[in-house]
Amino acid sequence: MADMLSDIKGAVHKDLRHDSAHKHVSGDAVYIDDLPEPKDLLHIYVAMSDKAHARIKSMDLTAVEAAKGVALVLTAEDIPGHNDVSPFAGDDPLLAEGLVEYIGQPVFAVAADSIEAARAAADLALVDYEELPALTTIDQALDADSAIEPMQTMGQGDAAAALESAPHRNAGSFRIGGQDHFYLEGQIAFATPQEDGDVHVFSSTQHPSEVQHLVAHVLGRPTNAVTVEVRRMGGGFGGKETHPAMFAALSALVAVKTGKPAKLRLDRDDDMVMTGKRHDFRYDFDVGYTDDGLITGLGIEMASRCGRSTDLSPAINDRAMFHADNCYFLSDVTIKSHRCKTHTVSNTAFRGFGGPQGMLGIEYVIDDIARSLDMDPLDVRLRNLYGGDGRDVTPFGMTVEDNIAAELMETLAQQSGYRARREAVRDFNASSPFLKKGIALTPVRFGISFTTTHLNQAGALVHVYADGSVHLNHGGTEMGQGLFVKVAQVVAEEFQIDIDHIKITATTTAKVPNTSATAASSGSDLNGMAALDAARKIKARLVDFAAEKYDCPTDRISFRNNSVYIENREVAFADLVREAYLNRISLSSTGFYRTPKIHYDRSKHKGRPFLYFCYGAAVSEVIIDTLTGENRVLRTDILHDTGRSLNPAIDKGQIEGGFVQGMGWLTTEELVFSENGRLMTHAPSTYKIPTASDRPDEMNIELYARGRNVEATIHRSKAVGEPPFMLANSVFLALRDAVASAGDGKCSPQLNAPATAEEILKAVQAVQTKTG
Amino acid sequence: MSDTIRFLLDGDVVELKGVDPTDTILNHLRYRMARTGTKEGCAEGDCGACTVVLGELDGDRVRYSAVNACILFLPTLDGKELLTVESLRQKDGSLHPVQQAMVDTHGSQCGFCTPGIVMSLYAHWLMSGANDKFSIEDALAGNLCRCTGYGPIFEAAQGVSGAPADLRDAQVKALRAIQRETTLELSAKSQLTGITKHYYAPVTIDALAELAAGHPDATFLAGGTDVGLWVTKQHRELEAVIYVGDVKELLEIADTGGSLEIGAGVTYTNAMNTLGEVYPDLGELIRRIGSVQIRNSGTIGGNIANGSPIGDSMPALIAAGAMLVLRKGDAQRTIPLEDYFIAYGKQDRSPGEFVEKVILPKPAANQYFKAYKLSKRFDQDISAVCGCFGLTVVDGKVSRARICFGGMAATPKRAAVAEAALEGKPWNEQTVRASMKAMEEDYSPLTDMRASADYRMASAKNLLLKAFYEIEGAGATRVLEHRETAHG
Repeated sequence: MADMLSDIKGAVHKDLRHDSAHKHVSGDAVYIDDLPEPKDLLHIYVAMSDKAHARIKSMDLTAVEAAKGVALVLTAEDIPGHNDVSPFAGDDPLLAEGLVEYIGQPVFAVAADSIEAARAAADLALVDYEELPALTTIDQALDADSAIEPMQTMGQGDAAAALESAPHRNAGSFRIGGQDHFYLEGQIAFATPQEDGDVHVFSSTQHPSEVQHLVAHVLGRPTNAVTVEVRRMGGGFGGKETHPAMFAALSALVAVKTGKPAKLRLDRDDDMVMTGKRHDFRYDFDVGYTDDGLITGLGIEMASRCGRSTDLSPAINDRAMFHADNCYFLSDVTIKSHRCKTHTVSNTAFRGFGGPQGMLGIEYVIDDIARSLDMDPLDVRLRNLYGGDGRDVTPFGMTVEDNIAAELMETLAQQSGYRARREAVRDFNASSPFLKKGIALTPVRFGISFTTTHLNQAGALVHVYADGSVHLNHGGTEMGQGLFVKVAQVVAEEFQIDIDHIKITATTTAKVPNTSATAASSGSDLNGMAALDAARKIKARLVDFAAEKYDCPTDRISFRNNSVYIENREVAFADLVREAYLNRISLSSTGFYRTPKIHYDRSKHKGRPFLYFCYGAAVSEVIIDTLTGENRVLRTDILHDTGRSLNPAIDKGQIEGGFVQGMGWLTTEELVFSENGRLMTHAPSTYKIPTASDRPDEMNIELYARGRNVEATIHRSKAVGEPPFMLANSVFLALRDAVASAGDGKCSPQLNAPATAEEILKAVQAVQTKTG
Repeated sequence: MSDTIRFLLDGDVVELKGVDPTDTILNHLRYRMARTGTKEGCAEGDCGACTVVLGELDGDRVRYSAVNACILFLPTLDGKELLTVESLRQKDGSLHPVQQAMVDTHGSQCGFCTPGIVMSLYAHWLMSGANDKFSIEDALAGNLCRCTGYGPIFEAAQGVSGAPADLRDAQVKALRAIQRETTLELSAKSQLTGITKHYYAPVTIDALAELAAGHPDATFLAGGTDVGLWVTKQHRELEAVIYVGDVKELLEIADTGGSLEIGAGVTYTNAMNTLGEVYPDLGELIRRIGSVQIRNSGTIGGNIANGSPIGDSMPALIAAGAMLVLRKGDAQRTIPLEDYFIAYGKQDRSPGEFVEKVILPKPAANQYFKAYKLSKRFDQDISAVCGCFGLTVVDGKVSRARICFGGMAATPKRAAVAEAALEGKPWNEQTVRASMKAMEEDYSPLTDMRASADYRMASAKNLLLKAFYEIEGAGATRVLEHRETAHG
């Protein structure tokens, strides 16, 4: 009802530009490294291990300490509190303590009057290592039984029996690469000492509360001694969820110990070597199916490279299992998940959080089924969707209540001309000896909520000043995704005032405590609701006040178009606020939200981990060069469900950006490690994210017009941060389709991700040899 | 002799003395001038977050180009106009049309790459404003954005037409006033090591020859797209730098009828169209070197002189039969380009000697020229394999074959055995396949982060096959067609 009234500027469901857009384009948007540098600022360089696995026999830092410009050298021994910056497991030392477990692990830190001086001084260190055997790959870790936690199993029915009795059976294995976040703004923290040994830290983080907590933990101080603030990040994508604590803690330590402000900004190469990435996976499957492509039994075994510590890997690998079904009902399935411990950087959250790997796996399996039966893969997909009698329970025991996959896929197939284009691709391939095209339509179903139930809470703080202007704060962080403007829209809508009256403010632990990371696509769902709660509390007080003052029942008071209507009287919002102030009404409130309905028993891997699901579908058409493996995406059509979108323009931006990022993951973004565990692709010169010309030549993105969340989310919208990333699965499978065309089209090519030119040429040659 | 760097910024002449000559433009802007709109994303010229625009006198006009401030040394600004995102501020507080377009199309998300993108679009707007797909993609190829997927940025670029013609030349007079006819000589003590760093920027080739002879250990600096990284990534302290980018004789391309003579200081951008007219595949190959920003700074001479085994211009120039002219003092010598590359990191250049120009013969009758670059990404990437073929076919027989690859050996190297397998043989697939096989004797490539040895060998062979199919017109063979771009 409130939605209909909106004549205000910045109401919900309207296209609204990013609140900082004008500052982004003019260079006026301030990032942490843009803050004025105090005269006595110290710069911190982090010295890293160059061994993948070694005991530190001795460390002589005398020359480092004596070097020009050096103010302080920090080792593990200098940490007053706990030497740990892990999110929960207690296995991430801030600085190495006798043992190094990856190339790039922080060993000691140098603070000096310039970064050049700090770096040059660090080179003078004499560190004596005793090298130990290193496990750097998934296969090595599996062989050595090296894991960060025991193997997990999820499933339902009897997969083994179903496979035994299946009319057709196919087994296979492929690999899925990792991905560097490549946020344009690297990791950075800037700490300023405060009275009583307290510290204020600007941190480029998605998780200020955790940074605060860990900085205090390292300093050996209570949490209230530390304030963490972030106005905006230059990109996050999950890479600034757990890792920023490391840099914040080091800068805070230097600030507290020296009494001087301290900044730690990583060089791009150091950032890429030192910080975790998306997990790479090995995916093995054994599938049984009927003549018409219905999956009757499925065994999946996934193994991921977690790196040297636990970090968030348990939840990430859980999510790979949660999405191992994607949109498909699996009556008899066993999903096994190995979480390998290796002597490489500890892998971490990245948009999709394990979901993309699990989801790509089942799509690969379905493609194999389709090819073996000479069916259109789309038909096999449609055949296996959730829906129909008894076909609505996921392997983790949750009933799928809002299933729109079939409708989305069929609508998209029609809008994009999929069937006719599949024919056209076949015709093209018949007449083109060297270039081959491929096409694929894949769906996405992504569960929304943190799967760790207690994280699904959020707080907000709203002040209305006596002149009617509003100060908005909440626990969510802005990394470009448009969270701040969406939450401001929610508050503008609730107060029915123009969004210009709402001041968006930096996230700080001093205003809203104990927040969760801005992650899991949950930002607007959680913080929008918390801000709504705060605004409603203030609004209720204003209503009560007006009712009393004008002697009118509360249900005859409404807020509309910058005014408050009290029966037939119209009072400007600002005037009512002023009157309320003069009558000593509180105009400030916190707000709080916790997601309802969800629960999960991790020991059984059963429950309802998600409040709802997001859906989308994409069809991509590609062309490959069978002589070189070079390839391009010719066209992509996307139909995506964001419920009743809070801001369609922002959501479309998330969809396109997520898709292109996913496309990079599956095509050009190849992380290459040497045998001894050294990352060889640690800068944009060697690690290739998509650039402008890699965007599909034609791209059509549509929001699902009938979208409306069946759950009572903020204005019935749906989350949008992560789900579109997996729309890029269509690119990978279209490439695989094109590769198959290089043979007789029935042979399923082995194709690992990323599908680089090299990988494609290898697959083409294998297909040609097989069918040759 | 001049000891002061002079450049234009927002209408004023900035004069700098005593600065560290290898300080980058970016660091100077951000940490010395508090102009923090320009960002650092990678400090190696690969992400574009640091993009600024330079204005240079070009006869009686001003030529504007986007460059990477993160790898360019401050003194190279001398005699130029510098424009940063702050320069676009309008007096009435409104946004420049390219900025406004970026706002209107939702072209920014996290905003960190945005000032760089705005400056790339601004340079494009100043010099061309072409809003066809290829031109815009090319203008943006050096600017990585991790958030948007580029669509909205593309839309912003399409929505803005070019600058008024008179605008781009408004600074001619001001630029003339800061041109110098003498060598710029700077020296400053390194704060870190205490060594004295010297920087020389001569304006004539004779002055360059004299300086080079007098400072045989000096580092030659042209576009700085490689030397810049020695400082920003390897943290080297360069004691003496001789900048060749102001030497007028090195900036020219001369057409002598039968060949083109390309001065060692000619940038890729300035060479691209001229070379592309003579050898279309060479033009496209140069278009795929780095990005607009890199091509605006980087030079063909620099690409050759530093001897990288993966530089893209050399295999093509060698396949086309180019000669190299070197100079030391008053002495000049001319050698086949391939002879310059002796071994990895070792070139036929004595101390004090410098590359003066490249002589590129025009194609002979019946000569086919094909060049291919294989890399993980089409734009702004370094070759895994660069294969170039100069093939002359007369009466159905191969009369002359020049094949040169980058990425297949420690230097750009000709495929002598494969060439021999072609020469004198009938031009057919059988001959070509024999030559492909022969390549195994020419090369034993390495595995590295760009490609495996297997891929390099397999694709190198296939490139010859591709050249054959293309010459024979056997069907479409390229997923990326030549791109005609309009950059001023």
